[in-house]
Amino acid sequence: MTLTDSTIATRRNRRRASSLLTAVLRFVVTAVTTFFGLLAVTFFIGRVVPIDPALAIVGDRAPAHVVERVREELGLNLPLYQQFYLYVKQALSGDFGTSVLTTNPVMTDIARVFPATIELATIGTLIGALLGVPLGVLAAVKRGSIADQVVRVIGLIGYSVPIFWLGLLSLVLFYARLNWVAYPGRIDIVYEYTFTPITGFYLLDAAWQGQWDVFWDVFRHVILPASLLGYFSLAYISRMTRSFMLNELSQEYVVAARAKGLSEARIIWFHALRNAAVPLVTVIALSYANLLEGSVLTETIFSWPGLGLYITNSLQNADMNAVLGGTLIIGSVFVGINIFSDLLYRTLDPRTRNR
Amino acid sequence: MTGSPSPLLTVEDLRVTFPTRTGEVNAVRGVSFTLGKERLGIVGESGSGKSQTGRAIMGLTPGHAKITARKLAFGDRDLLAMPKTERRALRGKRIAMILQDPKYSLNPVSTIGRQIVETLKTHEKVSSAEAKSRALAMLEAVQIRDPERVFGLYPHEVSGGMGQRAMIAMMLICGPELLIADEPTSALDVTVQLEVLSILDKLVAERGMGLIFISHDLRLVSSFCDRVIVMYVGKIVEELPSANLADAQHPYTRGLLNCLPTIGSDRHPLPVLDRKREWAL
Amino acid sequence: MSIVEPETRPYSREWLLSDRPTSRKQARLGRAYIVWRRFAENRLALVGLGILILLLVVAALADVLAPYNPVQGDLRNARLLPPGTAGYLLGTDDQGRDILSRLIHGSRLTLLVVVLVAVIAAPIGLIVGTVAGYAGGWIDAVLMRITDIFLAFPKLVLALALVAALGPGIENAILAIAVTSWPPYARIARAETLTFRHSEFIAAVKLMGASPFRIVLRHVMPLCLSSLIVRVTLDMAGIILIAAGLGFLGLGAQPPLPEWGAMIASGRRFILDQWWVAAMPGFAILIVSLGFNLLGDGLRDALDPKEAGQ
Ligand SMILES: Nc1ncnc2c1ncn2[C@@H]1O[C@H](COP(=O)(O)OP(=O)(O)OP(=O)(O)O)[C@@H](O)[C@H]1O
Ligand SMILES: [Mg+2]
Repeated sequence: MTLTDSTIATRRNRRRASSLLTAVLRFVVTAVTTFFGLLAVTFFIGRVVPIDPALAIVGDRAPAHVVERVREELGLNLPLYQQFYLYVKQALSGDFGTSVLTTNPVMTDIARVFPATIELATIGTLIGALLGVPLGVLAAVKRGSIADQVVRVIGLIGYSVPIFWLGLLSLVLFYARLNWVAYPGRIDIVYEYTFTPITGFYLLDAAWQGQWDVFWDVFRHVILPASLLGYFSLAYISRMTRSFMLNELSQEYVVAARAKGLSEARIIWFHALRNAAVPLVTVIALSYANLLEGSVLTETIFSWPGLGLYITNSLQNADMNAVLGGTLIIGSVFVGINIFSDLLYRTLDPRTRNR
Repeated sequence: MTGSPSPLLTVEDLRVTFPTRTGEVNAVRGVSFTLGKERLGIVGESGSGKSQTGRAIMGLTPGHAKITARKLAFGDRDLLAMPKTERRALRGKRIAMILQDPKYSLNPVSTIGRQIVETLKTHEKVSSAEAKSRALAMLEAVQIRDPERVFGLYPHEVSGGMGQRAMIAMMLICGPELLIADEPTSALDVTVQLEVLSILDKLVAERGMGLIFISHDLRLVSSFCDRVIVMYVGKIVEELPSANLADAQHPYTRGLLNCLPTIGSDRHPLPVLDRKREWAL
Repeated sequence: MSIVEPETRPYSREWLLSDRPTSRKQARLGRAYIVWRRFAENRLALVGLGILILLLVVAALADVLAPYNPVQGDLRNARLLPPGTAGYLLGTDDQGRDILSRLIHGSRLTLLVVVLVAVIAAPIGLIVGTVAGYAGGWIDAVLMRITDIFLAFPKLVLALALVAALGPGIENAILAIAVTSWPPYARIARAETLTFRHSEFIAAVKLMGASPFRIVLRHVMPLCLSSLIVRVTLDMAGIILIAAGLGFLGLGAQPPLPEWGAMIASGRRFILDQWWVAAMPGFAILIVSLGFNLLGDGLRDALDPKEAGQ
């Protein structure tokens, strides 16, 4: 060994850095092309599919001169490729047009409602991961037992139940009958005027300002829809955790860990789960992205003023700009989460870290 | 050796049975031997129950399998009767085991140093600094030239030979009295095999451990061990000192011996290992 | 060969399990029989199969089975009757229609959606995937890029946007779901194609002068089918849920069609006092999609024993 420790270390670090750079570059290229693809799809849906896009945007109740103006604005008289060019240019500057329903720019609307959705999906994923991972581990460790069967059935029902229906029923039970949770909405009307959110994440804002009565009220509003979303992510996460853990527990390093005299708890929760965590990160990220989708129906049921409700409200009013803007945002976040989870995967697994 | 008052390990009529969908599989069917501070080799073809014998002694048999023995004792302690926690305290501390392939038997997401320290911290109350210095000393003892560096490496970053040395360090750091080595060199390059064997040889001699060396290589076992047990379909068919290998009585052992290539002799046709149903009875 | 196989009666168990099939038919049937036996060992999978057979029977015999007209109710005497009322097993809705009859007729719509989506999306995915996998190079790159872009949208959201553009209605809903469903199939078909693209038998067929078109159609596609079928079956539950979601938002089947999702939506107004109007169709959706999930799991385990139990 002629090289000193430090030169080897710097070399390794340099290699690590450069490989990370190429990885990031590749991701950027993927992200950009995918984003263009998303734009192409929304453009296609907004301008090509409808027979008269102008009519689709303003709705067929709009007066004729409005339709004509929109037609002008959109450049619908231009050839398609020029229209697409304009569309991309506008989208890149954050301009998705104006919402007919709210008369605000779509981007402004989305910025206003998005935190509510993020808050809901985040709490849902937290619930799903904090319960789903232990349940999946339990099912794998006690494979074939009653516990395993129960976890399996919970998961299967989660895969099979319509979320909006379960939401309605749980609202009847927990709000109307038991009165354990607050009525649909995000915050009590009493607080609506006294409480000034900072970040848009009400739980954080209330805690930050020390308004614990508001915090409690927000909590009573968020807990049911978040639990519902949490159940769906639990179904997915517990199932994947079980399968990853079964795989890890059959590995030789588990035998070696036993031979070292480690406790079962340490083998399961430290050694095996630490290995299973590598693919699990992707699963949890995916389920987070899926909750953004699940929020569309959940928010409708719980009158949760987020992106999902915004999209469905716009749908009912044939407000295409808003629908497509929201779709594009959700798609972009989806892509972003996927890329992020991929990067995280690389840093978690030492085998891919410096490759 | 067998005459000493309380041998290190006593195995009498050990049986390991796996219930499967198609019926019971008797992996080990009545194995008996005793072991002092000596080297015992176990040979036999694939599936003859060598590993299951070793794992039964370690207490690593899969949960659904059934283990019975008239006696299975470590010193004068009954291994089968003792509570699970006590059995676990023995593992890694007084009885250790080396597995076949370091590529799979080291945790891929933990550094080598951490895995060695973990064994130590499980069994002894030591400070982190002391644990690290002892782990480094152990890495040095398995002739790793640059222990500081290897300490911080992940298993995939080292070669097979280096990995197996790390495995040996991980298992011997608490100074066990009995070591079970289950084909410790089979997964390694031929050139590295001898190195690892000589390290193992030296440590076993220096530290006065009892060794059970499992292999399917009769030549290797006989040169490395004092005594050899030959297993066939879960049973011991022959037990004899390595020195007297040439006097083996059992036709299966003779068959194994005949299959060994010898330099300078040109044998045609190649001998085929003979198997008779009645040996398995 | 001096060994003479004992004569086995055709189609008997021994004949099917023979390890020396004498005809292609025997070999195929034998393999199917083994898969079936593995499948049948799984009790939950059989339950799933049972649910789907029941669904088929109910849909086929809807006219006979339904006690009442599904769209024309008895507004005067039978509004919002609770379950168990004489003659109305599952109660009635606000239009005085028997919910059971509506569910029975609604099973046809559910089947229609599932079958049409599968018939549209699976071939698209199969073609895109096999062509990409077999052709390789830039064709592969472009096709997979497009696939990834479609995968980047959450299914329900993309379907919503599409239906919003196309206009509500069950045909448009089916089309929208199909458009959002094909990408995973393309991925699977491509992965399968790649595994045997360079295999000997493809090389042999090529040597015999078969055109790429013929190779893909006759030799590559059939080999992708079994994993595709499993995946489509596993997806059915999701398709049903999305269709129900679209129906619930008023974008799928329009009233008075007895589509289950739309039925939940119309029962929403009475949910506090007449819970059954919304609850019953939800149970129907839950049971049917559970059936598909159980069947899909069972099929996967039976066709791929490696994965079994995982
Ligand atoms: N989990 C299990 N379930 C059922 N049978 C098992 C199981 N594990 C091992 N066996 C059976 O036990 C027998 C002995 O296995 P063992 O691993 O001890 O063989 P071995 O002598 O170590 O062989 P090798 O040289 O291949 O390592 C084998 O026939 C095997 O089929
Ligand atoms: Mg073995």
